[in-house]
Amino acid sequence: MSRTDERGVLVDLGQERPQLPARARNMSPIVPRASIHGRALVAVVAIMTFLASMTTGTVLLVSASAAEWQSDVASEITIQVRPQAGRDLERDTAAVTEAMRAQAGIVEVKPFTKDESGKLLEPWLGTGLSMDDLPVPRLIIARVQPGTPLDLGALRNRMTQVAPSASVDDHRAWIERMRSMTNATVLAGFGILALVIVATIISVSFATRGAMAANRPIVEVLHFVGAGDRYIANRFLRHFLRLGLEGGVIGGGVAMLVFGFSESIAGWFSGTPVGDQFAALLGTFSLRPSGYIVLAVQAVLIGAVTAVASRQTLFATLNEVD
Amino acid sequence: MVRFENVGLRYGLGPEILRDLNFQIPPHSFQFLTGPSGAGKTSLLRLLFLSHRPTRGLVNLFGHDISQLGKDEIADLRKRIGIVLQDFRLLDHMTTYENVALPFRVMGRSESSYRKEVIDLLRWVGLGERMDALPPILSGGEKQRAAIARAVISRPQLLLADEPTGSVDPTLGRRLLRLFIELNKSGTAVIIATHDIALMDQYEARRFVLHQGRLHIYE
Ligand SMILES: Nc1ncnc2c1ncn2[C@@H]1O[C@H](COP(=O)(O)OP(=O)(O)O)[C@@H](O)[C@H]1O
Ligand SMILES: [Mg+2]
Repeated sequence: MSRTDERGVLVDLGQERPQLPARARNMSPIVPRASIHGRALVAVVAIMTFLASMTTGTVLLVSASAAEWQSDVASEITIQVRPQAGRDLERDTAAVTEAMRAQAGIVEVKPFTKDESGKLLEPWLGTGLSMDDLPVPRLIIARVQPGTPLDLGALRNRMTQVAPSASVDDHRAWIERMRSMTNATVLAGFGILALVIVATIISVSFATRGAMAANRPIVEVLHFVGAGDRYIANRFLRHFLRLGLEGGVIGGGVAMLVFGFSESIAGWFSGTPVGDQFAALLGTFSLRPSGYIVLAVQAVLIGAVTAVASRQTLFATLNEVD
Repeated sequence: MVRFENVGLRYGLGPEILRDLNFQIPPHSFQFLTGPSGAGKTSLLRLLFLSHRPTRGLVNLFGHDISQLGKDEIADLRKRIGIVLQDFRLLDHMTTYENVALPFRVMGRSESSYRKEVIDLLRWVGLGERMDALPPILSGGEKQRAAIARAVISRPQLLLADEPTGSVDPTLGRRLLRLFIELNKSGTAVIIATHDIALMDQYEARRFVLHQGRLHIYE
């Protein structure tokens, strides 16, 4: 390696040697940014990130509301006392109410009176009927102290002792159905996410191939000066990493704005019937801060997927070229 | 340094363009490669540069049988070879300076470490005023000099030049020949493909003559 010592004397300029400007030069990128038609790719990645964010956000909202409903409903027990021949319905209801109040872990017991029970049935039966003619069961709603483990079997035994026609319902079946519905929503969300990611990979792969075809002369010259595939791939990759991140930030940002905006809309409408409907359906209709973090992470992830897909395509294409 | 044994080359199903090539190129040697247009000079240079594979025979470069080499090893060998092609292959979006500095950049050297060398060489080949020009506005001769500068800047162990004086006037041709001779004296083996008899007459060197696919060597 004594050759290194001779550097600089390849051409002996003698008297011709001029003063050298010491300024550093601004080096243009080896693969020019303008040569990669990135706008379409940024748009695709942005749209995909937006769709992915909407999906994830909706899934987060649904599972949060479902959890809220479930905890509401789970803290409630409904007891139904049916009229039975030879028994006084009023007295049975009162006895069950008393027995419930005596239970540990029950914070509130509310029996529906005959009139209230009739009101509940009015939408179905109309107002013209006399309740006395109908064997209408009585409902007792009991609120459970949150976090109290309740022995439902024992409770059931106790209540049938007091009133043989009493049946205790803790809404377990309903909660199960809710849970499976929520799970289905989450599963569908994952399905959509998978499709979005596959579509992103395909778009990126096409864009990468296009960029490499457009820059074929550059690839050839780089081969001439002894650049390896890794070096060449990295020249392209930095552009795609940037395009992917740009798309991710735009798509994810717009999605976050949409969620933030709908949150404030829900805020404006709260108290109105429409707002209350929404609140009933989707809870507070707001992503928690952790939800926004999830969306941000997801946007970065899609940017990374773009880079990885581009990298794979680059090496595959370079292997074909030689 | 380079050894060819019974090498033949054909394009696709066509006739053999090069036949039964047997020769060696020792380190520090200087040779002209000549022959009529279409004789296969460019094809032979491409074989030497590993951008074509022989259809038969053995090519040994820097002690490696090239049929055994992978892509990365070929890239590493190419770093030791400089090539000037007839169509120059400059990158249009880079200045003359950047084009000439490209081999250093690919090696991962910092700009400050080679700036002086590149500027010196550009001045020597008469491109001192054109350093910041983009290739599309250079004349044919200027492009040729930039391509030569790029090939020699990293002082390759082997320099291949295809008609390097084709687009320049005789005075500049002599100057460029002197550059190749200087390079050869500092240790580079040089092969210049040319059909310019006047150029060859200026320097006593080995002559490889291609005729009807075969190579004749005149020491
Ligand atoms: N890529 C190619 N495909 C097919 N034929 C080629 C190719 N390159 C060169 N040839 C043919 O090979 C022969 C030698 O060409 P070339 O090596 O360019 O000769 P020279 O450089 O001496 O003029 C010519 O007949 C040419 O047509
Ligand atoms: Mg030729």
